[in-house]
Amino acid sequence: MQGENRVDILLQQLINGLTLGSVYALVALGYTMVYGIIGLINFAHGEVVMIGAMVALSVVTALLGAHVSLPAAVIILAGLFVAIPTCMVIAYAMEKIAYRPLRKAPRLAPLITAIGMSIILQNMALIVWGRNYLTFPTIIQPTPYNILGASITDLQVLIIVLAGLLMGGLVFVVQRTRLGMAMRATAQNPQVAGLMGIDINVVISAAFVIGAALAAVAGLMVMTYYGIAHYYMGFLLGLKAFTAAVLGGIGNLAGAMLGGILLGIIEALGAGYIGDVTNICGFPFLSDTLQQQCAGSDGQVSMFGSNYQDVFAFFVLILVLIFRPSGLLGERVSERA
Amino acid sequence: MTAHRGGKSIPPKVWAGVAMVAIALALLPFVAALAGQAWVRILNFAMIYIMLALGLNIVVGFAGLLDLGYIAFYAVGAYMYALLASPHFGVHLPFWVILPLGAGLACIFGVLLGTPTLKLRGDYLAIVTLGFGEIIRIFLNNLNAPVNVTNGPQGINLIDPFRIGSFSFAKAESFGGISISGPQKYYYVLLLLTIAVIVINLRLQNSRLGRAWEAIREDEVAAKAMGINTRNVKLLAFAMGASFGGIAGGIFSATQEFVSPESFGLFESIIVLAMVVLGGMGNIPGVILGAILLTLLPEVLRSTMEPLQNLLFGRVLLDAETVRLLVFGIALVAIMLYRPAGLWPSAVRKRELEAPKVAAS
Amino acid sequence: MSQLSLLVAKDISKRFGGVQALTDVSFTINHGEIYGLIGPNGAGKTSLFNVLTGIYEPDGGSFIFDGEPLERAKPNEVAERGIARTFQNIRLFQNLSALENVMIGRHVRTKAGVFGAILRDKRTLAEEAAIEKRSYELLEYVGVSKRANDLAKHLAYGDQRRLEIARALATEPKLLALDEPAAGMNATETQALKRLLEDIRRDGTTILLIEHDMKLVMSVCARVLVLDYGKKIAEGTCAVVQNDPKVIAAYLGGEVTLDLKGA
Repeated sequence: MQGENRVDILLQQLINGLTLGSVYALVALGYTMVYGIIGLINFAHGEVVMIGAMVALSVVTALLGAHVSLPAAVIILAGLFVAIPTCMVIAYAMEKIAYRPLRKAPRLAPLITAIGMSIILQNMALIVWGRNYLTFPTIIQPTPYNILGASITDLQVLIIVLAGLLMGGLVFVVQRTRLGMAMRATAQNPQVAGLMGIDINVVISAAFVIGAALAAVAGLMVMTYYGIAHYYMGFLLGLKAFTAAVLGGIGNLAGAMLGGILLGIIEALGAGYIGDVTNICGFPFLSDTLQQQCAGSDGQVSMFGSNYQDVFAFFVLILVLIFRPSGLLGERVSERA
Repeated sequence: MTAHRGGKSIPPKVWAGVAMVAIALALLPFVAALAGQAWVRILNFAMIYIMLALGLNIVVGFAGLLDLGYIAFYAVGAYMYALLASPHFGVHLPFWVILPLGAGLACIFGVLLGTPTLKLRGDYLAIVTLGFGEIIRIFLNNLNAPVNVTNGPQGINLIDPFRIGSFSFAKAESFGGISISGPQKYYYVLLLLTIAVIVINLRLQNSRLGRAWEAIREDEVAAKAMGINTRNVKLLAFAMGASFGGIAGGIFSATQEFVSPESFGLFESIIVLAMVVLGGMGNIPGVILGAILLTLLPEVLRSTMEPLQNLLFGRVLLDAETVRLLVFGIALVAIMLYRPAGLWPSAVRKRELEAPKVAAS
Repeated sequence: MSQLSLLVAKDISKRFGGVQALTDVSFTINHGEIYGLIGPNGAGKTSLFNVLTGIYEPDGGSFIFDGEPLERAKPNEVAERGIARTFQNIRLFQNLSALENVMIGRHVRTKAGVFGAILRDKRTLAEEAAIEKRSYELLEYVGVSKRANDLAKHLAYGDQRRLEIARALATEPKLLALDEPAAGMNATETQALKRLLEDIRRDGTTILLIEHDMKLVMSVCARVLVLDYGKKIAEGTCAVVQNDPKVIAAYLGGEVTLDLKGA
C-alpha cells in the first residue's frame, strides 16, 4: 500500500463508504424521525434492522429449500415483502406498549424501556434463529465494474440507488402529503398540533412504522452486501446509524441522510488508512522484536489496524456531541433559563 | 438524612438487632455451602454487584447522570489487577497494593470520561458514556499487537489470588476442625469491603457533597445559582462511582483468576443499571436489594429452569443465559411502566412521612 | 463610584439570535436599598437578571460588584461573590425537603469535601450541625418552618416562593435578586412578603426586585429602574419615575396598564 496507486485506492474506499453510508442513512432516518417528534432515542431501532434481515433470510432460505424456481431477484423481493410488514408491526407494537405510556414521564424512563426492548428483541431473535452466524445463500453474484482502477459492483450501485430513491420518497411524503405536514407540525409543537385536530398517536406511530420499513430494507441490504446475518448485528449498526443522525443534526431528515453518507465514508477511509497512519516501522527507535516484525511484514506494522474500525464511529459521536451537539445541519439551540 | 444523633446513645434493641444480623452474616457462607460451593461463589458475586451498583448509584441515582458505560471502570480495575498480579508481565504485587491503585486508576478514567460529558443532557450523556464503554472494550480486545498489553480476546489467566504472606485465599484449609474453602475465605473479605462501601455511600449521601449531587440531579441551573461548582461536583460523582467499580474489578480478577474483554460489555453495564433502577435510583437500601435480587434470581432460574425444561420437554429449549437476559429486558420495561420509583419506597418519601426531627428553638 | 454603590452596571447589552434583548443598560444599586426593576412584559428584566447572575454572557458592557468587576463570571462564581437569586418560574429542588433545599443554599459558604463526608471528622460534624441549625432558622425567618420535612413540590405555592427566598438567603448574599416573588400571590400573602422584604433589608441585605405588582414596588422600593424593549427609559425614586411621561407611555401604550392591583 506504500505510495502506489493512491487514487484508485482512495476511490475504492469512497465507493465502499458511499455504499455503507447509504445503509446508515436509511437507518438514521428512523432514529431522526422518532427523535424529532417525541425526543426519544429509539434504542431498539437497530434490532428492527436485524429482524428485517433475519426474516428476509428465513423467507429466502425457505423458498430455496422448497426448490421454487424463481429468479433470484424475485426471491429476494419476496423476502422483502415479508420483512417490511413484520418490522412495521413490531415497531408499532413497541411504541404502543413501551413508549406511549411513558410520554409524560421523565426522560430517563423511556430510554430505559428502549434499552429493555432492545434486549428483548435480541434475545427473541436468539431463540428463533440461534446463536450462530447465518450465511446468506449465494443466489446473486455481484458483477464488478471498473472505474478508474477501482471496482464497483452492481450490488453496490443497486444499494446506493435504492437508498436514494427511498430517501427521496420519504422527503416527498414529509413535504408534500398531509401526513408529512402533520408530522412536521407535531415535531414543532405536539400540543398545538393536537389542538389543531392532528391525532398525535397516529403521527407518532407513523414515524415508527415508516422508520421500521426503511430499517427492514436496510437490513436486507446489509445482509446481501456482507453475506451474513446474526442476532447481534443490529446493535453496532444501530449505534453507528444513530451517530450518523447526530452528526447530521438529530431531528433533521437531510441531516440524517448527509450524516449517514459522511459516516460511511469516514469509516471506510479511516479503516483503510489507519494502518498507514499508525505504521510504526517508519520510526527510528524500534525494539528488536518490532524490527523483526517490520522486516517480516513488508514494512507494515500498525499500532492500530482496521480491526479498530468500529472505534471511529464512537469517536465521531463523542466529538460531535461535545463540540457541535446540534450536528452539521441542525439549528444552534441556545438554552434560555 | 439528618444523620447525627447529637450525642444520644443507641438503644439496646438496635444493638441486639445488629448483633443478630452480624451472626447471620457470619454463618451464611457455611449455610450456603450446604447447597454447594457454587452458592458461596454466588454470594460473593452478589457482593461484588452490590459494590458496582452502589458505585453506579452515585452517578445515576445521586447526581442524575445516566452512565451507560460504567462497566469500563470495572474493566480497568480488573485488568489492572490482572496485569500486576499474574505471569503476564511477571509482576506479582500483593492485593492490598493493587486494589487502591486500581481504585485510583479507575478514578482517573472516571474524570476522563466525565470531562467531555459535562455539558451534555440526559440522552446524549447516555450515548456518549455508552460509546466510551465500548471503546474501552474494543481497546482491551485489540491491544495485543504490536505490543501485547492485554492479550486480546484470550484474556489473562493464572491471576494470583489474594495472599497475605503464605496464607492464600484460594486454598481450602482447616482451622481447629472447621474446614473453610477458598470462596468462603473470599466471602469474609468481600463482606468487610462491602460493608465499608455501604457505610461510605451512606456517609456520602448525608453530606454536603451528597446534597450537592442531588441538587444537580433536581435542577442543575438552580444548583449553579446557589454556588455549586457543578463541573467539579459532577466529576467527583464520576470519580467516586468509578473508584468503587475499580475495587470491585480487582476482586473479580482475583476470585476468577481469569479476565477477558467478554465480561465487560454493554450488557454488563445495563445489568448494573437495572439493579440501580430496580432498587430505586438514589436509594441505598433499595439498590442493595436490587443487586441481590438480580444476582440471585438468575441463578435460581438457572438451577430450576434447565431441569424443569428437561422434565417437561426432554431437552433444554432456552438456555439459562438467554432466559436471564430476556428476564432483564422484560424487567426493565415492566419496572419503568409500573414501578418507576423502584421496588423499595423511596427514602425521600419516608422522610416526608416522618415527624420533623429538629425541634423548634 | 461612591462607597454607597453595591452594584454598578454599565452599558449592558445582550442579543439572542435576532432579538436584541438588552441595549446599553446602565444603573446603580446602593447598599442597603430595595431597588425595583420594572417594565412591560418582554422588556428584558429576566434577561438582565440572567446576564447579571452569569447564566448568559453579555455581548457588551460590564458590572462592578462591591468594588470588583464581575468579569464573565459563571453562575456559581456569582453566588460566591455574593449575589443570590430566585427564579420567575420557581426552581426549587422538587424531590428534596424544604430543609434540604435551604441546606443546599449553605453549600457555597461551607467547606466539607469528599474526605470530610467519608471520615465524618469533628470539624465536618460541627459544620453539618451548623448548616442544619442555620437552615432551620432561615425557614423560620421566612415562615415555612412547619413544613421543614415536606418535599418542596408538595408545598403550597406561596410557601414555595418563600422557601426559594430562604434558600437564596442561605448563601449569605450581599445582593438578593428576586424575580417576581409576588406573582400569583393574593393581597394577604403580598403583605406578608412585603414585611419579609423589609425585614431582609433591615437585616443588612440589599434587594433587587423584579415585580409587576406596582403597589408592592412603590411601597417597598427606594429606587426603580424601568426597562422597555431592552432599553432603560427611566431610573430614580418611585415618585419621579411614576410621573415620567416615557414610563406612562410605555405602560399605557402597551398591554399592561398602571392599575394598582386590588385597588
